[in-house]
Amino acid sequence: MSRIATALTIADPEGFYAELLAVHDALSPEASAALNARLILLLANQVGDRAVLSEALQEAARGSDTAG
Amino acid sequence: MQHDEDPIRYPYRRVADQDASHPVRHPVVVAGAGLVGLVTALDLAGRGVPVVVLDAGEGVSAGSRAMCFARRSLEILGRLGCAEAAVAAGIPWHAGRVHHGPDVICGVEHGPEAGQRRPAFLNLPQAQLEAILVARLRALADAGAPVSLRGANRIIAVGTHPDHVRLEVETPEGPYSLHADWLVACDGANSSVRRMMALGFPGRGYEDAFLIADVAMDSDAPAERMFWFDPPFNPGRSALLHRQPGNLWRIDLQIGADADAAAELAPDRVLPRLRAMLGGQARFTVESLAIYRFHCRRMERFVHGRVLFAGDAAHQVSPFGARGANSGIQDADNLGWKLAAVIAGAAPELLESYNWERGLAAEENIQAAARASDFITPRSDASRAFRDAVLTLAGRHPFAREMVNTGRMAEPCTYDDGPLNGPDAAGLPGRTRPGAAAVDVPCAGGWLLDRLPQGFALLAIDADAPEAGLPVLRLGSAGHGALAAAWTGAGGGVVALLRPDGHVAARWHTAAGTPTPGDIAAALATAGGTS
Ligand SMILES: Cc1cc2nc3c(=O)[nH]c(=O)nc-3n(C[C@H](O)[C@H](O)[C@H](O)COP(=O)(O)OP(=O)(O)OC[C@H]3O[C@@H](n4cnc5c(N)ncnc54)[C@H](O)[C@@H]3O)c2cc1C
Repeated sequence: MSRIATALTIADPEGFYAELLAVHDALSPEASAALNARLILLLANQVGDRAVLSEALQEAARGSDTAG
Repeated sequence: MQHDEDPIRYPYRRVADQDASHPVRHPVVVAGAGLVGLVTALDLAGRGVPVVVLDAGEGVSAGSRAMCFARRSLEILGRLGCAEAAVAAGIPWHAGRVHHGPDVICGVEHGPEAGQRRPAFLNLPQAQLEAILVARLRALADAGAPVSLRGANRIIAVGTHPDHVRLEVETPEGPYSLHADWLVACDGANSSVRRMMALGFPGRGYEDAFLIADVAMDSDAPAERMFWFDPPFNPGRSALLHRQPGNLWRIDLQIGADADAAAELAPDRVLPRLRAMLGGQARFTVESLAIYRFHCRRMERFVHGRVLFAGDAAHQVSPFGARGANSGIQDADNLGWKLAAVIAGAAPELLESYNWERGLAAEENIQAAARASDFITPRSDASRAFRDAVLTLAGRHPFAREMVNTGRMAEPCTYDDGPLNGPDAAGLPGRTRPGAAAVDVPCAGGWLLDRLPQGFALLAIDADAPEAGLPVLRLGSAGHGALAAAWTGAGGGVVALLRPDGHVAARWHTAAGTPTPGDIAAALATAGGTS
């Protein structure tokens, strides 16, 4: 049973994507990694639901090898 | 033994066993007079079981080791008549403060004091607590209890047999042999009993070294647990500062994976580190120094026939959270009554519940200590990035403060789904469910734990307890809000069956009817007792 959203839930997805890239502009790889870590924690707290978080972690851990 | 002897020493003395033509047989031999061996001996002696404690050394432990004892340990020590002396000698505390870089990011509260008899935590050097236990053991022996402590008695060989254990003991006057019906191995993390029985101690070691120092210093800083991540005086690493009695301060400084112990202990390395931490003006003297690398590991089983492992011999954790000695004291509390029961004729299977219950506790403690170690000493770039993200966010957002892990402080283990647990009843407070340690609260005539009868007992609050051949403590909750909050909850009465270690075995809510004598007998049988 899938709990994570697979259909689009974000209004203005292209605008969000551009904003996501913009906050990383001019950052070193370390600073980008640090920003991503903070972002993940903020978003995870926003999601809250432990089962959804576990599923998202597993989905992310699948990486690119099974994609396509 | 004379009770006016200095309790920090237990020098070698020749005993009759050494001159016997055949090995003398004892019901219980305890290997090791560390905290866990001493608590085990006091518990067994209090139950009338004769016990001989053998220690390789001739006095209490040296150097900087445990110093932080949790409320549950104090409750157990209270049952053994040692809590008042410990509390009088120690520094109580319940709050902590966490720094990141130069800033304070959050305070930590470890349980309010109001309505509590014992402090959440007590800081007291391990050696001082051991001395209190040695003094108590001598007082019992002077009063005729069959308990003795033999210094400079090192166990050098263990032979296991179906009905006894044979020990070879080395002394300054040569070796002698002993037979024990039961051997309780409390001989520490490098347990020689474990090694001689070729038993494993699997787990994880951590690369980072820590400098542990006790310094004497006049300071009016509060008795709080102060933790630093990445402080200016130890960049990229952590530090911990704790107040101990007598103007003594405990410092834990992370010094990295490559640290060379001998070089780091040289005064020209140590003093600048300490001066940077304590400030240029601080006047201090170094009382003891050590370098440690920490481990989280456990024996697969704590029960091996007639040899029972407890304390660091059975399991070892990194010290963040103060779970080492505190859990070892609970091992002794759990084992004592069971071993006494088996010696009195109960089926030895009761000892399997020691393995189960304290194995569960060891798992909990290892998980908590391993998570704290991973947070304090991140293992990879990714874990460091998340750790630093938590610390950065914690300054601004309450949710992230909950993820800051400087060591989850020791809590007593609740033996949920344990083999000795009997029925539970809906609608009663979770804190006193079967498997939990009884919650101490004020009640008529003093404190609940003081008023509990020894051995198995029934606690009946706002309820009638049936005649079941057990002593009963009857209490009313009127005017005792804490008693009601911990034990009866929203209304109605409760009958609880309590084990000799003060853990709840079973409970009934009078809303669903008073338990019958048969209900109680069944729960008692499940819990390993006889009426
Ligand atoms: C730096 C540091 C800080 C710590 N802080 C805390 C804390 O704040 N709170 C906490 O709860 N825990 C803490 N701990 C853990 C705590 O010190 C141990 O968990 C505790 O000492 C274990 O007690 P024990 O009785 O099992 O073993 P030990 O204290 O190691 O005692 C073992 C005894 O066995 C004896 N012995 C060994 N071999 C033999 C033999 N062959 N024959 C006879 N006797 C033998 C030894 O002489 C010794 O007396 C800390 C540990 C360290 C290193």
